[in-house]
Amino acid sequence: MININEVLETNKMILEENLDVRTITMGISLLDCAEKTVSATCDKIYAKITRLAKDLVKTGDEIGREFGVPIVNKRVSITPAAIVGAACCRTTKDFVRIAKTLDRAAKKLGVNFIGGYSAIVSKGMTPADELLIRSIPEAMAATERVCSSVNVGSTKTGIDMDAVRLMGEIVKATAERTKAKDSLGCAKLVVLCNAPDDNPFMAGAFHGVSEGDAIINVGVSGPGVVNHVLRTIRGADFETLCETIKRTAFKITRVGQLVAQEASKRLNVPFGIIDLSLAPTPAVGDSVADILKEIGLEHPGAPGTTAALALLNDQVKKGGVMASSYVGGLSGAFIPVSEDQGMIDAVNAGALTIEKLEAMTCVCSVGLDMIAIPGDTSAESISGIIADEAAIGMVNQKTTAVRVIPVAGKKVGDSVEFGGLLGHAPIMPVNKFSCAAFIHRAGRIPAPIHSFKN
Amino acid sequence: MNKAIITVVGKDTVGILAKTCVYLAKQQINILDISQTVVQEYFNMMMIVDLAKCSKHFEDVSADLAKLGLGMGLKISCQKSEIFEKMHRV
Repeated sequence: MININEVLETNKMILEENLDVRTITMGISLLDCAEKTVSATCDKIYAKITRLAKDLVKTGDEIGREFGVPIVNKRVSITPAAIVGAACCRTTKDFVRIAKTLDRAAKKLGVNFIGGYSAIVSKGMTPADELLIRSIPEAMAATERVCSSVNVGSTKTGIDMDAVRLMGEIVKATAERTKAKDSLGCAKLVVLCNAPDDNPFMAGAFHGVSEGDAIINVGVSGPGVVNHVLRTIRGADFETLCETIKRTAFKITRVGQLVAQEASKRLNVPFGIIDLSLAPTPAVGDSVADILKEIGLEHPGAPGTTAALALLNDQVKKGGVMASSYVGGLSGAFIPVSEDQGMIDAVNAGALTIEKLEAMTCVCSVGLDMIAIPGDTSAESISGIIADEAAIGMVNQKTTAVRVIPVAGKKVGDSVEFGGLLGHAPIMPVNKFSCAAFIHRAGRIPAPIHSFKN
Repeated sequence: MNKAIITVVGKDTVGILAKTCVYLAKQQINILDISQTVVQEYFNMMMIVDLAKCSKHFEDVSADLAKLGLGMGLKISCQKSEIFEKMHRV
């Protein structure tokens, strides 16, 4: 039988250490919504999403109240829109109509984000893929809740450098189109390599074609819990450190597993995966950077940061895998800058640079995330940053991503406020030397030698 | 069996247990186990209860208990027991 200390420990995690379930994301296939006209396609999309997810928010809130654990976000991910719209969209405006339909559905449901305004172009772009990509700036400006992602490479296919070049321009154009809101559109746009089909986290969530008709994926969180427990073992050896993180990750993930199973049962939608993630928020005490500090760094970015993050990421996975029957998504520690007060402090202190963050992405779960850069950064330099991250993902057989915000009109020394979970960020300097000649080569980078495992 | 955990946290005072138990009895909620401890001068009590015979909706019981707690300057919460069992048992 459960004892009082266990009950108190759980409730302390929730009340004082920011333990929550970060998101219940319902993945919905829209493959059966493709029609000959844009209007008919949009009608079917709206009808299917609002039918399948009509009780998502209510059920998530009910589960949260019954178990006493906050379920922060309820979200929807869909089949990459480039596939759904391929049969009917002839112009970028046609795709924007789909984006607006998704936004309308999200508002009707009360979900704060809907992901999947996406194209998977790791080896090449179809005309529809390219149209969708070119529609992203307008789509991000015309909608509030739609998230967009483009997968430009994979270990199996190599990197589509034509898409990488195009995405540099698109990120710039999105920043420009949403400059009245500090280029907020770029906070809803991510460029990935090895994007998973079942990621519940935004902005990179989409419902891959390998998935069933509908699925429930859950993203857990809890950096504050890990940080708190590490405070109780200061100075301990690595074995103790790793065991403690692992045990804590197990406990956090079990809550996610419980919530996922309940949501699946009550919504009558199969359970997909748990994403074992330490996802920070700008709230005090909910920071991955603070964990790195507790492990022994003055600030993230100091020598030793990559090793500390590697250790953390690995222990989170080891503890989490045991706690859940299916794991997937991004799984690991997230290191966004604007969404983590400790990372923001490290940048302001001069400890953390984009180059060091890039090194950290070799061992964390995703990539360069929520980084504000000067508005005059060239499209080629942004493509160069995307190519570097994609190369890390491709060679290391892991997901990597770039979500940078070239804030229109802002320069190093300025800062930007996105609000809510997206947080605020100082503008970080980008290496000013040119990579234009490299980026303007046409074609793709071949798959690495270790991808040939057949 | 429909198990839940009720926790009561706050400054110790006369009648906490009595008032809580009166409410539970009225709702046909059976108490399976009670334990309590004092942490940093704060009274912490935990009850394991069975709501199988309770006709009220879980969320209403939870809201009633929270209200009862407020009246005594305490925080009373009622959570389904699975969250604790899942977290602390393999």
